[in-house]
Amino acid sequence: MNDNNKMENMIGATALMKSLEKEGVKEVFGLPGGANLPMYDELGKSNIRHILVRHEQSAAHMADGFGRVSRKPGVCFATSGPGATNLLTGIATAQADSAPMVAVTGQVPVAMIGKDAFQESDIIGMANPALKYSYQPRTPEEIPTMVKQGFYIAETGRPGPVLLDIPKDVQQNEGKFTFPDEVRVPGYHPWADPDITNTARAVELLLSAQKPIILAGGGVIISSAFAELQSIAELLMIPVVTTFKGKGAFPENHPLSLGPIGMHGHAEANKLMTEADCVLAVGTRFSDRSVGTFAEFEKNLKIIHMDVDPAEIGKNQTTSVAVVGDVRASLRIFGKMLMDKAVRTSDDNPWLKHVKEVKQYWRENLKIHPGEMGAAKILRKLRELLPNESIVTTEVGQHQMWASLFFDAIHPGTFFSSTGLGTMGWGFPAAIGAKTARPDVPVVDIAGDGSFNMTENSLATAVLEDLPVIVFLINNYSLGMVAQWQRTFYDRRMVGVDLKKCPDYVKLAESYGAQGLRAQSMDELDSAIKTALKSDVATVIDIPIDPEEDVLPFVAPGTGLKDMILPS
Amino acid sequence: MVWAILSIKVENKPGILFKVTHLFRSRNFNIDSISVGVTEDKKYSRMTITTIGDEKQITQIVKQLDKMIDTIEVRRLDVNNSVYRELVMFKIKVNKPEDSMEINKLASAYSAKIHDAKKESIIVEMTATPHQISAFEELAKKFGLKEMARTGITALEREEHEH
Repeated sequence: MNDNNKMENMIGATALMKSLEKEGVKEVFGLPGGANLPMYDELGKSNIRHILVRHEQSAAHMADGFGRVSRKPGVCFATSGPGATNLLTGIATAQADSAPMVAVTGQVPVAMIGKDAFQESDIIGMANPALKYSYQPRTPEEIPTMVKQGFYIAETGRPGPVLLDIPKDVQQNEGKFTFPDEVRVPGYHPWADPDITNTARAVELLLSAQKPIILAGGGVIISSAFAELQSIAELLMIPVVTTFKGKGAFPENHPLSLGPIGMHGHAEANKLMTEADCVLAVGTRFSDRSVGTFAEFEKNLKIIHMDVDPAEIGKNQTTSVAVVGDVRASLRIFGKMLMDKAVRTSDDNPWLKHVKEVKQYWRENLKIHPGEMGAAKILRKLRELLPNESIVTTEVGQHQMWASLFFDAIHPGTFFSSTGLGTMGWGFPAAIGAKTARPDVPVVDIAGDGSFNMTENSLATAVLEDLPVIVFLINNYSLGMVAQWQRTFYDRRMVGVDLKKCPDYVKLAESYGAQGLRAQSMDELDSAIKTALKSDVATVIDIPIDPEEDVLPFVAPGTGLKDMILPS
Repeated sequence: MVWAILSIKVENKPGILFKVTHLFRSRNFNIDSISVGVTEDKKYSRMTITTIGDEKQITQIVKQLDKMIDTIEVRRLDVNNSVYRELVMFKIKVNKPEDSMEINKLASAYSAKIHDAKKESIIVEMTATPHQISAFEELAKKFGLKEMARTGITALEREEHEH
C-alpha cells in the first residue's frame, strides 16, 4: 500500500477538502449556512480559496463560468434548503450548456431527512433532471470515492453538473479514509471511438456535395477541436456557420466564416445554410433556436452529424451519417482521411463564389440602427479596443443577440453565453468565474440592464475578491427582448417591460466600491473602455441606448431560417 | 405506433427507479407498465418497462436510458422472440352459488389459481400475456369485477436458435 492509500482518521468535512485538493481545486464559490458549517470550518483550514457570493445562484454561475473557461469543473458550495434551491437555476444552466460543475450542498443530518426539518429540501430529487449525476453519502467514508467519481463524470464525455449532497452529521463524523487514485463507474461510457466506416462515409458524402457547409456547435469549443475544424474547412474551402453556442469555434474574421445561424443569426449565415445541400454538423444538438423548425431545416439537406452524445443523433434532425465520439478525435480521423485522398479544392467553384457574394452583400447592406450609440456601433467599438484573447460572457436578452451579430469572436473559445437555458443574470457571475480561471486576460460581460439586475450584487464579490471584470452595460432601461416581441407580435401592447430609469448604474457600481462610468457618445465610450481595461477594480460602463432598437434579422419562433425578418 | 418491451439492468441502489421514471416524465415518454426486481446478481436489479411510441421515440428512449449512469444495460427485446408475462389478481363477485363453479371452470381454462373463495367473492390469480389477461377480464366482468391488481410485464428474451 502506498502513502496515498494509507487509512487515515479524520472527519468527513476534512476528507471532503482533501479530496477536492487532490482534484486540483484551488477555489470554491459559495455561501455558508447551518448545514454546511463543518465543511466551511475545514475550508478555512485548507489551501482552497473561498470566493464569497451574495446569492447562491451566482455561486453556481461563477463555477459554471470557471468550468467553461478552464474545462475543469468549477466548484460551488451552498447550505441545505434555500441555499441548495438557490443553486438550482445555476445547475440547470450548466446542464443545458454542458458545462462541467461540482456543486456541494449541506443537508440536514441523516436521521432528520424526511422529517421536514428546518432548511431541509430534497435537493437531489429537485435537481435530478438538471444533473448529470448526484451523490448523497450516508457515511463519511464514502466521500473520497464520490468526489473522485463526481469530478470524473462532470468533466468527461459530454460535461455537466454533478451534485454532492452531504448530511451535516456525515460531515462531522469521524471515519477511516482511503483516497482512491482511480475510479470506475460501471454504467458510464463517456467516449466511443469514432466509427471508421461511418467517418469514411461522411468524407464521401461531404466530397460529393455541390453546396457543402460546416456547422460548428459548442462541442467544438468543449473538446478544443478548433485547429482540426479549421484545417478541414481550409482544405476543402467550405464555409463555416456556427450555432450561437458554437460562436468562437471558428474565427469570425476568417474569410470562410459566416457567423452564427439561428433566430438572430447573421443574414448571410441563415441564407446560405438554407441553400446548402450537405452539412457537416459538429458538436451540436440542433436546438430550435439554431435551426428553426426541424422539418424545414432538413428539407433537401444531407446531414453528417458528429457528436459525443449518442442520444443527440436523430433526436431533433434526421441524419444521413452519424459519427459518435469526441468531436476532436472524429475530426482528426476525418481530416486524415481527406489528406490520404489528397483532396484539393479550388476556391473558384460556383458555390464558394456565391458564398462570397452573399457574404459581401450582407456585410455591406445590412441596415443597422442609425444613431451614434446603436448596438452595432458600440459593439464594434468594444471589439476594436478589446484584445482578441479577452474572454467575453453575455447576459440574456437583446444585448446577447446583438453580441452574436456585431461582436466577432476571433480567438478560439473566448465567447460564452447561457445559450440553452437562457438564464438572465448568468453573464456577470460567469465573468467573475472566468476571471478566476484566467486572471491574465480581460474579461467582459456584455450585459443588458434587465439581466444585470438579477445578479448585480455580485459586484461585492468582484470588488472584494479583486476580480476586476468589466460590465459593458447596453442599457435601454427595459426588458428589451420581451419589449421587442410585444412590439412585433402583440401590437405594441407593452406590459411589464419598462424599468423606469432605475437604478443609476454609476452610483450602484460606486456604492460597491467598483468603478462606474457612463458613455453617451462614441468618444466617451472609447475612453471608458480604455479606462476599464486599465482598471484594478471591476467597472460598470453604463451605455444608454435607444429603447426602441430591435434585434434584426429575426427568425420568428415556429418558422424556418428562410423566413428571416430583415431590417426594413 | 409500436409497443416495445425494454429490459433495463440497473445498479441495485435506492433512488434509481425514481431517476428512470423521472426520465420518462421529463422527456415526454410514456410508461405502459413497469416491473422491478433483483437479478441473479444481487448487485443489480432488472426493470422491465413497456412503452408505446413511434420508432423514433422508442430509439430515443433507449438512447436516453443508455446514457443514464445508473443503467448497466438497456435492451429493447424482440417481442416475437421473448417470453413476457404479467401476474394479475382478480377479485370476482359471487352473485349466486352457481357462479362459484363457473368461475372455477373459467380459471382452470386459463390455468389460473383460485384463492380466498368466499361466499361473496373469489380471488383468482393468473400469470399470462396482456392479451390473455384482457380476455379473462372481459369474462370476469360478467360476474362483476370488484378489484383487479396487475404487476406489469416482466420478460426475458429467448436464446438464439442452436445450429
